[in-house]
Amino acid sequence: MGWLTAFFSWLGEFFGNPENWSGPDGIPMRLLEHLEFSALALALAALIAVPLGLLIGHTGRGEVLVVVSANLARALPTLGLLVMFVLLLGAASIWPVIIPLVLLSVPPILVNTYEGIRGVDPELRDAAYGMGLRGPQVLLRVLVPVALPLILLGCRLSAIQVVATTTVAAYTGLGGLGRYVIDGFATKDYASVVGGSVLIVLFALVVQTLFTLAQRVTVSPGVSQRLKVR
Amino acid sequence: MITFDSVTKRYPDGTVAVDRLSLEAPTGEITVLVGPSGCGKTTSLRMINRMIDASEGRILLDGVPVQGIDPPTLRRGIGYVIQQAGLFPHRKIVDNIATVPYLLGWDKKKARARAMELLERVGLDPALAGRYPFQLSGGQQQRVGVARALAADPPVLLMDEPFSAVDPIVRTSLQDELLRLQAELNKTIVFVTHDIDEAIKLGDRVAVLRVGGTLAQLADPKTLLSEPADDFVREFLGHDRGIRRLQFISTEGLRLRTDLTVEEGAERGTSEPWLLVVSGDGRPVGWVSGARPGELEPYGTFVYGRDSMRSALDAALLSPSGCSVAVDEQGKVVGVATREALDQALAEAADG
Repeated sequence: MGWLTAFFSWLGEFFGNPENWSGPDGIPMRLLEHLEFSALALALAALIAVPLGLLIGHTGRGEVLVVVSANLARALPTLGLLVMFVLLLGAASIWPVIIPLVLLSVPPILVNTYEGIRGVDPELRDAAYGMGLRGPQVLLRVLVPVALPLILLGCRLSAIQVVATTTVAAYTGLGGLGRYVIDGFATKDYASVVGGSVLIVLFALVVQTLFTLAQRVTVSPGVSQRLKVR
Repeated sequence: MITFDSVTKRYPDGTVAVDRLSLEAPTGEITVLVGPSGCGKTTSLRMINRMIDASEGRILLDGVPVQGIDPPTLRRGIGYVIQQAGLFPHRKIVDNIATVPYLLGWDKKKARARAMELLERVGLDPALAGRYPFQLSGGQQQRVGVARALAADPPVLLMDEPFSAVDPIVRTSLQDELLRLQAELNKTIVFVTHDIDEAIKLGDRVAVLRVGGTLAQLADPKTLLSEPADDFVREFLGHDRGIRRLQFISTEGLRLRTDLTVEEGAERGTSEPWLLVVSGDGRPVGWVSGARPGELEPYGTFVYGRDSMRSALDAALLSPSGCSVAVDEQGKVVGVATREALDQALAEAADG
């Protein structure tokens, strides 16, 4: 049980150190940075991928884009992409890191949004048109609410991925929680490595929980079938 | 009135779904389009609300060609009921029913009040209003589908195999409900089905279509059964169309005997081979024969004047006495139709 004791003593050392709670290197600051980069990348990705997925799913045009993006997502090495952008654009601003983060989180949102819209029962789509809804009304009033669980799933997958990749981005000199891990390894400060890792895990869990809550609030009980049949 | 004026639907690959179809669906009547799969019945229906556009010919709604009307506007003025109900799963029942009123910009309160009224009208418990479609049975969903189609009180109702996905008992009750509603509302209904029995039960007029989308015969159900236009129609009607014709002949004129009943426990001093035992409050109990006076035999009933000759004959075949029991709406015996009386009525029916 030696490793467990070591683990907890490192944790104690990391979280017990008052220096770790203030200044630009402190936990609150790093946490804020991590949140900022992740949220920015995710928001940009969603801004691109959701409308695009809705449009392609609704019109059935441009489906090849979805396939290409899904394949690219699998083929592209995360770290390679990061390093490439930093080398190309320099490390003066956050954009060389944000751009690859966005590129990586577009495919899950795009694919799931598209699949969600495509997967709506054709009878339902037919009924919506038959009632006299116009194309955009069919999309926004019927298809989106029904496809919402899948759209949110895509966003959640991307969010988790972004949180993880932002950690790796510390390798290129970016701030965020990854700093503790990368710098800790470099200086053999294992308390910092362990503490940073735990923070990242907790952060990812909080993100998961937030998305689950968002799903509860936004998805109709008629779609999630959460209610019991009375 | 809906008029098909030489309407053809041809797809880009050359397939002809509907071929120069001309027919009229009169105002206030149920016109049923029936035929085997591939006869273009659904395509014809969907050309009325422009879910599909006709390639040639014109479809007129009270004289106005539908091709000139913007499809969403046209559809909001036409009720549409489809097979799986197609309710919006994310909306409560009340909001599903109010779909078209909302689209037409009704005040939310008024639209909901109208939805509640319709919920009751189609025979559903108002408590269902706040539920979601998945919480309802198939039959209930289909009723909601009908209510939704009626919400904005359109003069025309299109029904595309609306009852074919529910079990036979529910289907029968939905059919009865539709006839009851129609008696109140007098809509112009076009109803598509592949089930000839449903067509005959519901239709004021029945259009039989053949594969390739041509009209084989358009007639009222009684004429269809007695005078099928050709072998295709005859075959499509099935082999017992003679018996089914009886459902259009009323039992009103049937001669009844009232001297064949005996009250429970009373003396049975008669030479008749069969007597009907009746309870104190006038309900049938069973037949008793002269040969076995101690035993009660089964009986069959029909409502005199309301049920058809088919029911009367069916009731007779259910009993070893060969007679059927005529009852009133409350189930009390009004008389007995003997074999002789049934025979005479059948002879008149066969004469047309």
